[in-house]
Amino acid sequence: MRGTGTRRRGALAVVAAATLALVAACGGSAGSNASGKITLTWWHNANNDPGRSTFKAVADAYHKAHPNVSFKIVPMQNEQFQTKIPVALRGNDFPDIYQQWGSGSEATQVQSGKLMDITSATSSWISELGTAPSGWQVNGKQYGVPYDLHIVGFWYRTDLFKQAGIDAPPSTMDEFNADVSKLKAAGITAVAAGSKDRWPDAFYWEYFALRECSQDTVVQAIKDQKMSAQCFVKAGEDLKSFLDTNPFQKGFLGTPAQQGAGSSAGLVANGKAAMELQGDWELATMPALTKDKNFADKLGWFPFPAVAGGQGDPHTVLGGGDGFSCTANATSACPDFLKYVSSASVQQKLVTSNTITLPTNPAANASITDPTMKTVLSYLQATKYNQTYFDQALPTEPGQALDSAVADFFAGQGSASALPKSISS
Amino acid sequence: MSQTRILPSRAGDSGSAGDAPVPADRLPPRPGRHRGGLRTRLELAVLLGPALVLFVGFVLLPIGVAAYYSLYDWNGFGPLTDFIGLGNYHKVLADPAFQQAVGHNLIIAGLSLVVQLPLGLGLALLLNRRLHGRSFLRLVTFAPYVLSEAITAVTWALMLQPDGFVDQVFRAAGLGDLVHLWLADRGIVLYTMFVVITWKYLGFGIILFLAGLTGIPPELREAAALDGATPWQAIRHVVLPLLGPTTRIWVFLSVIGSLQLFDLVWIMTSGGPANASGTMATYLFDRGFTRYAFGYGSAVTVILFVISFAFALLYQRFALRRDIDGALTRMAG
Repeated sequence: MRGTGTRRRGALAVVAAATLALVAACGGSAGSNASGKITLTWWHNANNDPGRSTFKAVADAYHKAHPNVSFKIVPMQNEQFQTKIPVALRGNDFPDIYQQWGSGSEATQVQSGKLMDITSATSSWISELGTAPSGWQVNGKQYGVPYDLHIVGFWYRTDLFKQAGIDAPPSTMDEFNADVSKLKAAGITAVAAGSKDRWPDAFYWEYFALRECSQDTVVQAIKDQKMSAQCFVKAGEDLKSFLDTNPFQKGFLGTPAQQGAGSSAGLVANGKAAMELQGDWELATMPALTKDKNFADKLGWFPFPAVAGGQGDPHTVLGGGDGFSCTANATSACPDFLKYVSSASVQQKLVTSNTITLPTNPAANASITDPTMKTVLSYLQATKYNQTYFDQALPTEPGQALDSAVADFFAGQGSASALPKSISS
Repeated sequence: MSQTRILPSRAGDSGSAGDAPVPADRLPPRPGRHRGGLRTRLELAVLLGPALVLFVGFVLLPIGVAAYYSLYDWNGFGPLTDFIGLGNYHKVLADPAFQQAVGHNLIIAGLSLVVQLPLGLGLALLLNRRLHGRSFLRLVTFAPYVLSEAITAVTWALMLQPDGFVDQVFRAAGLGDLVHLWLADRGIVLYTMFVVITWKYLGFGIILFLAGLTGIPPELREAAALDGATPWQAIRHVVLPLLGPTTRIWVFLSVIGSLQLFDLVWIMTSGGPANASGTMATYLFDRGFTRYAFGYGSAVTVILFVISFAFALLYQRFALRRDIDGALTRMAG
């Protein structure tokens, strides 16, 4: 059960990618010859099964229905996009369809002038996907379409909670802290954190900000790239009090999020820690990290707790999604293919093959079978507002600067008042 | 082959095979040598041309382009429009994270000289003696160098995780009190990195020194011994001075390697926690690629290049001059 839903994984390839970036990226724009035959080059991040072969099957099926459209599929490791996309978009050898996470980083890429405006090509059907595609708009224009959704929350071990005498997951921060104490008293590592990778740390601060600040304040701050409201400082203070409870495993500052049994996801999968704040991809990440075949039965999920006195709606969630963008030379075949990927039948196929966990097309929701994922889905359906991870919602540079600043804060560097300023330095 | 002559026979004396070699100073001038520069130039063009094209295209040009990018505030997409002069350089040099990174590079370079040099030399001297299993031992010391950086980094990161292999070894040896959070403690992580670096690159130094040692005739040490020198004195006054050129080259490679250290650190810690193990190169990758600040990253590249290049030039001028005299600095003939 390993899915492409994993938004980020692997560190090894970063180095490989650095080398690759120096070499011209392999790609090529839609070759269209006199007979009207088109070859679409498609870069996606499902470099492992089941995603790899599922996407191949999706492309084959589309080709069968549209014999003039062929695909050249280039699956690549997730982190490679970070280096390969800027290099490719700067030159003339870019893919026709590629992995797109939307929001701020998409806006950064749109500046290259190489992305296709698919607003009118998608207008007739995109509303079937609900509000999610708005995250793939820049200045009101559609530059990409999501094929799955993500949501960040606490994944916890029901067995370890029971062992520590906890009957129900916490709904407020006070309850949460009390549970941390109970777990620690029972000799259990309460929370696993993958601080080496920085972005998991940022989830905490972002959730505290979503609880302390009103939705309007957060939306405006991200739009202006300026977090001057006092509630953002309050979020840092909340985080500080939480860190002061020492909830994490020994040496969490050096722990990766997803690599090996000693990673934060691995610790939870192996019952070495009771919970972790992570995306829904957690479930798809774990099989590779544990020998326990039945780990999923021992997992539960609860949303980030409410913070007393906060201005934010306690049901606001932090999340995002995976999508694809078309580039300028891709012809109308590209948005048409994205329509196909978004269709109920393909979305169902993606869910049942465990390529994705949460589909964008609600018509595929019934295909979800894992009980915990059903909990996640019903929570997501009830939520009023889904805020994109700040590092993705902001343009790339301030977004990454924020991740670093929060990670430094976890290591005891910086202050609550300096954190919101990290995005504008 | 069995050809023992030092000089090649030429057309004129092909009949007198078996002659003793003609001393060089009595040779007539080589034909073509003074017959205008055309042939020489042609030779130069054919032999140097491809290398020159590659060097200009893949070394000089990128340096120039990086220097050009570094003058702009540029995220890698869109046109270069936001010219900010030396603004990026001011920001880089004023950033505490970069200053720390430079400090870390210098600490690694300094530690390499103080720790790896004596260690490498000592092991090379040991492995140069006749002892059982010498080839095996040489292989063992060299093996880490052959491993890829990525594999080394992942393996060590796993061994160094809390309660991992390294901690278990310490505890089994009764040294449990020495166990630390090797990769998570800001005060220790840099030295942990140095241990891994030493493990990885020591073998290269040893091989270099062994090669240098084979170039020292044993007669010299025997002569020293006959004159009453102790083995230590023979090493101190005969072997080490003759190993001078090798040592100087090793120091050069070691310092340049320390300045450009990247892969091991990036994979094991990403420069963290909170920049505690960051180097100039990890800082460069973090700002350039992770944050898409390509103008800023280019400025870091140029600074890193200037530091490395300045060291290389000064070191050549003052330390390597004797070793490469004639090879680079003076035209022969």
